[in-house]
Amino acid sequence: MSDELVKIPPALDGVGGWIDDRFHLAGGARVLMKKVFPDHWSFMLGEIALWSFVILLLTGTYLSLFFVPSASPVVYHGSYTKLDGITMSQAYQSTLNISFDIRGGLLMRQIHHWAADLFLVAILAHMLRVFFTGAYRKPREVNWLIGITLLLLGMLEGLFGYSLPDDQLSGAGLRIFEGVLQGIPIVGTYLAFFLFGGAYPGTAIIPRLYIIHVLLIPGLILGLITAHLFIMFHQKHTQMPMKGNTEKNVVGQPFWPYFMLKGQAWFFFIFGALVVLATFAQINPVWLYGPYTPLAISSASQPDWYMGILEGSLRIMPAWEINFLGHTLTLSVLIPFAVPLGIIFTGAMLWPFFEQWATGDRQEHHINDRPRNAPVRTGVGVAAMAFYGVLWAEGANDVFADKLSIPLYTITWIARVAIFVIPIGAYFVTKRICLGLQRKDAELLSHGVEIGIIHQLPNGEFVEESRPLTEEERAVVGSKQVPEAIAQPAQLDENGIPAPASKGLMGRARGIANRAFLETVDEAPGHGNGHGDHEGHAVGEAEHAAVTSGDSDQH
Amino acid sequence: MSSIIARRRRPAAGYAAVAGGLVVVGVLYGALSGGGASAASGQQNTDIAQGKSLFNASCSSCHGLGAQGTPQAPSLIGAGAAAVDFQMSTGRMPAKESGAENDRKPTDFTQQQIYDIAGYIQSLGGGPTVPTSSQVGTLGADTAVGEELYNGNCSACHGFAGAGGALTYGKSAPSLNASTPTQIYEAMLTGPEAMPVFGDGTITPKEKRDIVAYVIDTRNEANPGGFSLGRIGPITEGAVAWLAGLGFLVVIAMWLTAKRRDPVVEMPGDDQGDAQ
Amino acid sequence: MSETHDPSAGNPLEGLAPQHEAEEPSGSRRVIGTPSPTPRAVDTKAPAPDESPDYLPTDPSDPVAAKNAERVAALCFLVAFAAGVCFLIAYIGLEVGPYNSGNSVVAALRSNYALGSSLGVALLALGLGSMIWVRHLTPNIEIEEHRHVLKSEPQDRDAFKKDFATGAAITGITKRPLLRRTMLIATAPLALAPLWLLRDLGPLPGTSLRHTVWKAGTRAVTLGGLRPLTPADMGSPGSLITVIPEGFQDDDDALAKAGVILIKFAPGQLHVPTIFDGKTQLYGMNWTVDNTIVAYSKICTHVGCPVALYEQTTHHILCPCHQSTFDASNGANVVFGPAARALPQLPLGTNAEGFLVALSDFTQPVGPSFWERG
Repeated sequence: MSDELVKIPPALDGVGGWIDDRFHLAGGARVLMKKVFPDHWSFMLGEIALWSFVILLLTGTYLSLFFVPSASPVVYHGSYTKLDGITMSQAYQSTLNISFDIRGGLLMRQIHHWAADLFLVAILAHMLRVFFTGAYRKPREVNWLIGITLLLLGMLEGLFGYSLPDDQLSGAGLRIFEGVLQGIPIVGTYLAFFLFGGAYPGTAIIPRLYIIHVLLIPGLILGLITAHLFIMFHQKHTQMPMKGNTEKNVVGQPFWPYFMLKGQAWFFFIFGALVVLATFAQINPVWLYGPYTPLAISSASQPDWYMGILEGSLRIMPAWEINFLGHTLTLSVLIPFAVPLGIIFTGAMLWPFFEQWATGDRQEHHINDRPRNAPVRTGVGVAAMAFYGVLWAEGANDVFADKLSIPLYTITWIARVAIFVIPIGAYFVTKRICLGLQRKDAELLSHGVEIGIIHQLPNGEFVEESRPLTEEERAVVGSKQVPEAIAQPAQLDENGIPAPASKGLMGRARGIANRAFLETVDEAPGHGNGHGDHEGHAVGEAEHAAVTSGDSDQH
Repeated sequence: MSSIIARRRRPAAGYAAVAGGLVVVGVLYGALSGGGASAASGQQNTDIAQGKSLFNASCSSCHGLGAQGTPQAPSLIGAGAAAVDFQMSTGRMPAKESGAENDRKPTDFTQQQIYDIAGYIQSLGGGPTVPTSSQVGTLGADTAVGEELYNGNCSACHGFAGAGGALTYGKSAPSLNASTPTQIYEAMLTGPEAMPVFGDGTITPKEKRDIVAYVIDTRNEANPGGFSLGRIGPITEGAVAWLAGLGFLVVIAMWLTAKRRDPVVEMPGDDQGDAQ
Repeated sequence: MSETHDPSAGNPLEGLAPQHEAEEPSGSRRVIGTPSPTPRAVDTKAPAPDESPDYLPTDPSDPVAAKNAERVAALCFLVAFAAGVCFLIAYIGLEVGPYNSGNSVVAALRSNYALGSSLGVALLALGLGSMIWVRHLTPNIEIEEHRHVLKSEPQDRDAFKKDFATGAAITGITKRPLLRRTMLIATAPLALAPLWLLRDLGPLPGTSLRHTVWKAGTRAVTLGGLRPLTPADMGSPGSLITVIPEGFQDDDDALAKAGVILIKFAPGQLHVPTIFDGKTQLYGMNWTVDNTIVAYSKICTHVGCPVALYEQTTHHILCPCHQSTFDASNGANVVFGPAARALPQLPLGTNAEGFLVALSDFTQPVGPSFWERG
């Protein structure tokens, strides 16, 4: 094959030289072009969020050319004749105009809203991938924190965005938002009056949400995304445990041209998927909801999916209010508002540091974990998903009651029990599944893979032939890293004194946490029973030792 | 005619013939089939005697001879023809079982039989009458007023687009998609089962007509954004975003990053794939 | 020649790397804008620009398969072109809104389908073509890049600390407590200024949450029709209607607290409680009309959604937002759900002309709880 390089046209060469004369870019650009990006489908989830954000910016800019962020009342005489004569806000009217009077307006609105939903879907899916592979570990803790902040900002951005058209459904959401604010102790009524410019609903909230939605939060998100990507560039991406992948390298394809071409394809697919959704799946049909009035409400009033956990928290809570000394502490509202999301966000933010504390692991990690090799982490992650999921489902309880003919209160009572039982159960079940999979891996490492050829021995026993793992398979299956034992009272130094880290309440807690993380499976079942005389068995002593020592690429 | 004959063997001729046949059949069907339950034309020619015998045969076992009620079913004296027409034309009555709620089901009675029974009940104690067709006709009604009243009084149970909703203890407010204008009017007037009564004093006949027009218009309206996803709002939207949106993209991502079939090229001067 | 301004000397990460010559010879003066007298050393610790092979192969391994793939990708791009043209034509050709004499919803539907499907096809075809391009028209290579330890070398860290400490010492901030403390005091009010400026975002709540616009004699009028009601208008037992105070139909701020539901009971069904939640309520027969018509606030006491869902058979008022349920026959006490307080009852009576009027404002704040509620 003839490897021909592209001849750079003189004009382009000239421009490039002109720029480099002023900016000294050649070396840095070379580094960028040769940067290696590892390949795995799950690494592309974050990019869905990135490109969705870009599409949100593009479609949002288009919408902002036509949307009027004003709550001033106006009588409608537009082309959606069913609502002719109704008094509505200019925000609602301009949204109707975009949908029915501007070519491509409805398409842009729907792309924008689907992109917002997909943005948050992608963030959550990406976050789960990072969590379950342990990619938040040193040196990526700061990026993890930035990511969680992006999730929070994204949720707020979506909430404020879909409240802008001032329709019945999102208006009910704003009312709930105000009611929750109002219930905050000491400062609640002041916060509510300051945000809304007076009594609810007022006329200030729409323009204020508008500027927060088009300027403040997008600016923050853009800045944080830039930081997130820069950190990822600088530290290089993690990679999956595979043959040839070590803690010291990155294996893959270079940025120029491979990643650029793939990124181009990915962008078009994401944009295309969003446009297809916007064409064939109606979203946020505000003309059906009607303009907001404080006296109307619909059954099946739910916020967009990413606020569903808050909705479910409000529905699951029993009535609880404390009145004392002329003050009311409305726990019915405050607990759902602060506790479930507080647990999830605080837990997520603290988790990398908790894991470091419990395992004493201070090394850099650039190779991802297989979820089965970190049973505590995976179990906690699944428990968190169960917790989120129960509340999310409870947020749709009236729709379930209606469609599945289950009594309404029964669903809430089931949820009230499930919110405690299911996460705890999920942790234990997941942990045991992980350990079971580890057992399977240990067996693969020691006995090899069964290949489907079965022999019958003279004594009547059936055995299946197996082949040893290839190097590629061994690199994956044998990639487990077990943390060290720390802060265990049994660890004594040469003078018989237990480690100082194991003393005291914190020390004991640390020891308990450490013991949980230590639990692992090293032995394949049936070891030590003289299995070496099985036919077709292809295990050597060296491999045996490699399995039981649990040693792999550490430093 | 010769132009048709000249073109009869063209490839498109077959398609044109099928399309033409479909059009003809469709027009005939539309012209000849009754268009749903037509607006009530009032109770002309009501045969009260016939109604009484029908009532005794089908209804008195629960409602009592004379409709005074029994432990199984309430008295119908004063319930009015509108209530009978609503309950029977939606098939709720005769009830298959006594329970918290009766759902819409097909009815075995003809509309005339229903009018007869309704007339009989009306004769026993009066009550709301079946609305006339002009009372429920949607032409010229004010859907703007209908929107305000529907959303203020009705959507909490029936949903912003009439998709229905959950009530307590296993009951549901039904979807309005199968209801005729007359049935919607009668339901407001008589307050069947758990539904409150919206008499003519609280919602005037003109306002009722506006509400009916709003419901019918909304129901018949196309969904310009695509499939309606059930018209219940963000729940189905979120499900589609996760399942269709993320699902499709994950499949594409797997395809994009899948191992390529062609062999990895040896790099000059590089022992590639160093295992460590 | 070595003085030409080319300090990189092949080190692309110059700027990021610490310099090994940290200080100028003492006493020398430099003219601003000229390079330093001693050229900066190349930092050997910075990552070298490429450890991958100098030149990558450029052609895919199988030229025939690549040619086929090229044709497929080209076809995708042609489809994208056609779809893009369709988009432009559909935009011009399909009108919406006031220019369309027919049904505006159908017009929007047609336009959305046409624009959306053409744009979607164009984008997906571009994506597919690009994917075929990268997967089949490029050589399948795998290269390796070294990761460098992220932690800086100890001497770099020490040099950094020394530079930082030197600079800090030059400012003298540690040696001059007067300067330091006065600077801190100086910035304090300015730091508070942005918060101060937010004060006029809105008025103080005052006692406004404790009152609504209902007063003695305010007539209750229906939503929409704005008709005052007589007790007879309420019709048969099981009736429900939403009413608002007369004159406030355009005032959303007032309506957000003043919406009321009127419910008609059969005689004997309405039980007026005297005690609930451990507190004696001042309810009496004279807050309803003939103990059959009762008025409750329509604003849920949980977080403020309007409660419009009423089951006449169970007398339950259900709020669709979070399923707070109130018993209308028993003072709207909470029977299920997160709401902690009953719906406030509006004292109801009739005026001289026989219309339903409020006898006074609500005797407790309506809507969601708040700290100062009591």
